[in-house]
Amino acid sequence: MDTLLVIAAILVLAAVGFAFGRRRAVVQSAGVPARLHSLPGYHGHFVALWAAVPALVLLAIWVPLEPVLAMNAALDYFQAHVSEPGNMESIRQSKLALLLGIPQDATTLRLDELGADQYALMQTEIRNTAVGTATTGHSAFIQEVADYYARYRTTSYLIMFAAAVGVAGAGAGFAWSRVAPEMRARNRVEAAVKWFMILCSTVAILTTVGIVLSLLFEALRFFSRIPVTEFLFGLHWSPQTAIREDQVGSTGAFGAVPLFAGTMLISFIAMCVAVPIGLLSAIYMAEYAHSKVRAVVKPLLEILAGIPTVVYGFFAALTVAPFFRDLGDAVGLDVSSESALAAGVVMGIMIIPFVSSLSDDVITAVPQSMREGSYGLGATKSETVRRVILPAALPGIVGGVLLAVSRAIGETMIVVMAAGLGANLTANPLEAVTTVTVQIVTLLVGDQEFDSSKTLAAFALGLVLFVMTLLLNIVALHVVRKYREQYE
Amino acid sequence: MSDEQHTESAHDHAQDHARPDTTAGKPTVDGPVKVASRHVDVFYGEKQAIKDVSLDIAPNEVTAFIGPSGCGKSTFLRALNRMNDIIDICRVTGDIRLDGDDIYDRRVDVVQLRARVGMVFQKPNPFPKSIYENVAYGPRIHGLVAHKDELDEIVHTSLDRAGLLNEVKDRLETPGTGLSGGQQQRLCIARAIAVSPEVILMDEPCSALDPIATAKIEELIDELRENYTIVIVTHSMQQAARVSQRTAFFHLGHLVEMGDTETIFTNPEHRLTQGYITGRFG
Amino acid sequence: MTPPSGSPATATEKMRASLKRRYAAERRFQAYGIVAILLALGMLVTLFATIISTGTSAFVQHTVRLDVTLFPQDIDPDGTRDPAVLRRANYQTTINDALYSLFPEATSRQDRRAVRDLVSSGANFVVRDMVLADPSLVGQRISVRVPLASEFDQVLKGNVDPAVDLGVIREASTSVPWSLPPDERLISETQADYLQQLVRQGEIEGSFNRWFFTNGDSRQPELAGIWGAAVGSFFTLVVTLALSFPIGVAAAVYLEEFAPKNRWTDIIEVNINNLAAVPSIVFGLLGLAVFLQFFGLPRSAPVVGGLVLTLMTLPTIIIASRAALKSVPPSIREAALGVGASKLQTITHHVLPLAMPGMLTGTIIGMAQALGETAPLLMIGMVAFVVDIPGSPLDSATVLPVQIFLWSDSPERGFTERTSAAIMCLLGFLIFMNAAAVLLRKRFERRW
Repeated sequence: MDTLLVIAAILVLAAVGFAFGRRRAVVQSAGVPARLHSLPGYHGHFVALWAAVPALVLLAIWVPLEPVLAMNAALDYFQAHVSEPGNMESIRQSKLALLLGIPQDATTLRLDELGADQYALMQTEIRNTAVGTATTGHSAFIQEVADYYARYRTTSYLIMFAAAVGVAGAGAGFAWSRVAPEMRARNRVEAAVKWFMILCSTVAILTTVGIVLSLLFEALRFFSRIPVTEFLFGLHWSPQTAIREDQVGSTGAFGAVPLFAGTMLISFIAMCVAVPIGLLSAIYMAEYAHSKVRAVVKPLLEILAGIPTVVYGFFAALTVAPFFRDLGDAVGLDVSSESALAAGVVMGIMIIPFVSSLSDDVITAVPQSMREGSYGLGATKSETVRRVILPAALPGIVGGVLLAVSRAIGETMIVVMAAGLGANLTANPLEAVTTVTVQIVTLLVGDQEFDSSKTLAAFALGLVLFVMTLLLNIVALHVVRKYREQYE
Repeated sequence: MSDEQHTESAHDHAQDHARPDTTAGKPTVDGPVKVASRHVDVFYGEKQAIKDVSLDIAPNEVTAFIGPSGCGKSTFLRALNRMNDIIDICRVTGDIRLDGDDIYDRRVDVVQLRARVGMVFQKPNPFPKSIYENVAYGPRIHGLVAHKDELDEIVHTSLDRAGLLNEVKDRLETPGTGLSGGQQQRLCIARAIAVSPEVILMDEPCSALDPIATAKIEELIDELRENYTIVIVTHSMQQAARVSQRTAFFHLGHLVEMGDTETIFTNPEHRLTQGYITGRFG
Repeated sequence: MTPPSGSPATATEKMRASLKRRYAAERRFQAYGIVAILLALGMLVTLFATIISTGTSAFVQHTVRLDVTLFPQDIDPDGTRDPAVLRRANYQTTINDALYSLFPEATSRQDRRAVRDLVSSGANFVVRDMVLADPSLVGQRISVRVPLASEFDQVLKGNVDPAVDLGVIREASTSVPWSLPPDERLISETQADYLQQLVRQGEIEGSFNRWFFTNGDSRQPELAGIWGAAVGSFFTLVVTLALSFPIGVAAAVYLEEFAPKNRWTDIIEVNINNLAAVPSIVFGLLGLAVFLQFFGLPRSAPVVGGLVLTLMTLPTIIIASRAALKSVPPSIREAALGVGASKLQTITHHVLPLAMPGMLTGTIIGMAQALGETAPLLMIGMVAFVVDIPGSPLDSATVLPVQIFLWSDSPERGFTERTSAAIMCLLGFLIFMNAAAVLLRKRFERRW
C-alpha cells in the first residue's frame, strides 16, 4: 500500500535521526559520558521521536481525509462538465443511468438532487472506474471523471509524501540542534513514553464509548422507523418481509418479546443444568475431595471452559438435539429437532466450570473459624455446609450465578447452531425458540444494505443485549465485591 | 514498610502528650553542613508523620536517627532523597538543602538527586541478576563509564569497599540473590557506592541480619565514613552508640533532641530522650 | 432452664437415634457431589468421544489409481511448456479417458456419467499439479492416485449405506450390503458395482488425507481442507497479538505503576472489568459499525478480525499483566530508585522482565480465547466462502472456528466428518497454547 511506503520513509528518517542524535551527544560529551545529563541513547530517541511523531500525526489526519477531498473534487468536476455535449449521452448509454433512474431524454444531472443511495452509488461508480473494477459498463464521461479523481489522488499522495518527509526531516533537524550535554533528553523521552501509555490505557474507555455510540446511533435510527414500544412490547417478530423497500407491508414486524422470552427460556434451562452441577461439584471439591482428586478433577472441569463455543454448538446439533428428539419419540412426545432444551442443556454444560470455579472461590473464602465452630458443636460435614457455609457464601454464589446468567444471555454460537430461527412465543422447552443473539447473527450475516430496518434492528437488539448484560455484570460484581470485603 | 505506623502515631492527642521544645530553626551542627533541613513537615494524606523538623547533617560523619517505632525517623530519612515521592499521598513541606541547594525545587531532577544521595534498605533487596550486574547497574544508567574496563574497575572497587570482594570475586556472575543475608546487604551497599554518592542513607540496614553479619556491616559503616556522609536509622541504641558521631532522637514525628552521640547517650537534655535511652519506653 | 428433651440420658438417646438419619443425609450429600462431578466429566467425555469418533475418519481419504496418458496435443499443443499454458490446460478429458478404460462395459451416456462421478471433480487439479511440478511428464503415461468422490469415500469408510468393508470385499465375493430402499440411497447400484470392481482389482486404497491439510474450502467435501482457514486464523492472531500485547502491557504498566488513584483511573478500571464481561457478539457489532462502516476497512479481512479480537482480548491481557506487575515486590523498585534509576528505567530494567512470564501467560490465554472466537467474526463478514489461501491480512479469509461453523451447516456426511476433524485440530492448537501457558507459569514462577 502507498501509505505503507510513507510510513516506511518516516521510520527510516527516524532511524537516521536516532543515529545522528546519539552521535552528536557522544561527540559533545567529549569522552566523558558523565558530562551528559542523559545517556546518548536518550538523545537518539529524542531526535527519532521528533522525526516520527509529528509526521505520523500528519499522516493519520491525511489518510481518512484525502479520499473525501478527492471525491468532492471529482464530484465538482462532474457537476461542472456534465452539461457539456456528449457527456450526458455517454452516461445514458451505461447501466449507471438505469441504476440512477435517469430519464432517457435528460440533458443534465444535478448531483444535489440525487437521493442518498444514488449519491453513494455515484461515488462508488467513480471509485470503481478509477481502479478499473466497475461493473456497470463504460461511460466515457464517467471514465473522464474517474481519471480526474485518480490524478487528484496521485498528486495529493505525492504532496503528502513530500510533506511527511519534510515534517519528519524538520522535526529531526530541530531536535538534533537541541542536543546538548545539559538537555534533559531522558525526561522528555520518558514523558513521551508515559503519554503513549496513557493513550493505551484509554483504549478500554474508547472501546466502551465506541460500543455505546455505535449501538445507540444505529438503534436510534431504527427507533425512528419502528416505535420503541412496538419493539419492546410487540409480540410478533418477522423481519424477513422487509428485504425490499418497495414490497407491500415492507415494514415487517419487529416485536422483540418472543426473542426475549426465547433467550430467557434457554438461559433458564442452562442455569437449571449449570447451577446444581456446578455448585455441588464445587462444594464437593472444596469440602470433601482429597487434594489429589482435586488436582486432577479441577483442571479437567476447566477444560470445559476452554472449549470454543462453536464446538459446543456442533455437539448440540450433532448429538444432543437428535438424542432428545429420539428420547421424545420413544416416550411419545413431539420434540423439535431445534428444541430449546438441547441448546439450553449444552449451554449449561459450557457454564458449569464458570459456576463451579466462582462458587469454589466463594466457599473457600468462608473463614475456617466458622467451620470449626460448627464442627465443635458436633455437626456433620454436610450439616456444616448446608447450615453454615452456604448461608455465609450465599451472596457470593448469587453474584457468581448472575455473572453466569449474563454469559448465557450473551452466548451466541450454541444457539445459532442448535436453536431455531422462527420467533415462537412459548414456554415449552421442547419447541424451537429463537434468541436475541441468533437474530442478530441472522440479520447481519449475508449481504444487505447498511441502513435497512432489518440491519438496524440487529443494532437495537445488540443495544438491549449490551444493557442487559451490563446491568447484570454491575450488580453481580457489586455483590461479589461486597461479599469479599466482608471476609477480608 | 513501617509507613503505616508513622501515620498511626500522628494522632492529634499525641501532640499535647509531649510537645518538646525543639531546636527549630537553629543549626544543630557547628561546622560544615552537608544536608540542612528546616521546618520539614511530612504528611500521609491527612495525617502528619513529621512535624516541623529542622536538623543538619555534617559531612563525613555518621548521623544516627533513633526513636521508638513509628516516630517518623524512617519517613524523615526517605524525605532526604525524595523516596517519599513514590507514595502518591505523601506530601513534604519545608526546606531540605543538599550543599545549599533545595532538593525539593521543581527544577531538581529526582534521578540525579538519588544518584547523589544513595540508599540502603531495611531488607536486603538485590536485583535478581548476577552480582556483577547488581553493582554495574547504577554506573550504567548514569552513564558514568565509557568502557567495559572502567566498569569492571568500578564494580571491583565498590565490592572491595563494601568488604565483599574477597568473598565473591570468583563468582561475580552468580545471582546476587544466592548470597547470605549479610552478604546481600553488603552487596546493596556496594551497589549504592558504585554511583559515587555523596550521602548514603541507611534505613535499619542490620535489622534483618544476624549479630555476626551486623558486626561486619557496622565495621563497614565506620570505614565508609572517610569518603561518604552517612545517615543511619536504627532501632538499636547500642548500634547508634557504636557507629555514629551524632545522634538525633525522634518521638511522635518531632525531633526531640540532636547532638554528639556521646552527649546524647550520657547527658541528654530532654527527659524523653533520657527515658528512651535508659529503656523506660521504646 | 430445662431442655425440652428432659434428662441428659434421654437427650443422648435421642441423639443416637437421629445419628443414623444424619449419617445417611451426610452420605447422600456426598453422593450428590460425586454425581455432579461425574455428570460434568461424563459430558466432557461424551463430547470428546463424539468429536473423535466422527472426526478421525476424515484423516483418511480413499484414492483410486489411474493410468493417465498426457497427450501433448490435449495439454500443450504448441509444445512451449509454458506454466501458464499448463495451468489452463484441460486435464479432465485425460482423466475421463483413463476412467473409461477401466470400465469398457460402460458405454451408455448414463453409465459413463456414473463412471465419471466415481472420482472427485478435483482430480484434474492433482494431475495438473503433477505436470506443473514436472513439465517433462507431458507425453508420458503416468500412474496417479486421485481422490474418490466423497460419497464413495464415505461408503468405504462405513459411514453411510451401503457400508462396504474394503477387506471383506477384497477377500470374498460378497455383494454390496444395502439396507436402505433404492430411492434413499446415496449412490446408485451401478456405481456400487463399479466401486466393488475397483476394490477387487486393488486399485482403491485408503491413505493419509493430505488434501485436508493443504486445501482451502470447497463445495466438494473430498477437496475441502482447513489450510485456508488455518492461515486466516494465523493472520488474524498475528494482528491481534501485534496490537493487543503492546497496548495491553503499556496500559497495565500505566495503571499499575504510574496512574494516580483518582476518579479517572477508577473509571478506566471499572471499564476494563466490565468490558471483560461484554458478550463477544457486541464486539462484532462494534467492528461492523466502526471498522467496516465508518473507517471503510475491507470486509472479511483478517486485519479487521484482528482489530475486533484485540478489543476483546485487551481486558484479559491488561488484567493478567496488572496481576503480574503486582506480584513483583516493591523492594525491587526501591532498590532501583535508590541508586537513582528513573521510574521508567526501574520498570523497563527490573519490573517488566520479572513480570514478563506472567504477562506472557495472560497473553497466551487471551490468544487462545481469540483463536476459538466465532460470533464477532461472523458480524464482520469472515463467513465468506473462500477457496483461495489468503496471502496477506488484507485478503478475504475465514478462520478455523468459522470454517467449523460453515461446514457444520452442510448436510453431506463428508462435511460432518470434516467438521469434527477441524474441531480436533482447533482443540489441538488450544491445548498446545494452554499447555504452553501452564509450562511458562511453572517454569518462571518465582516465590519472593
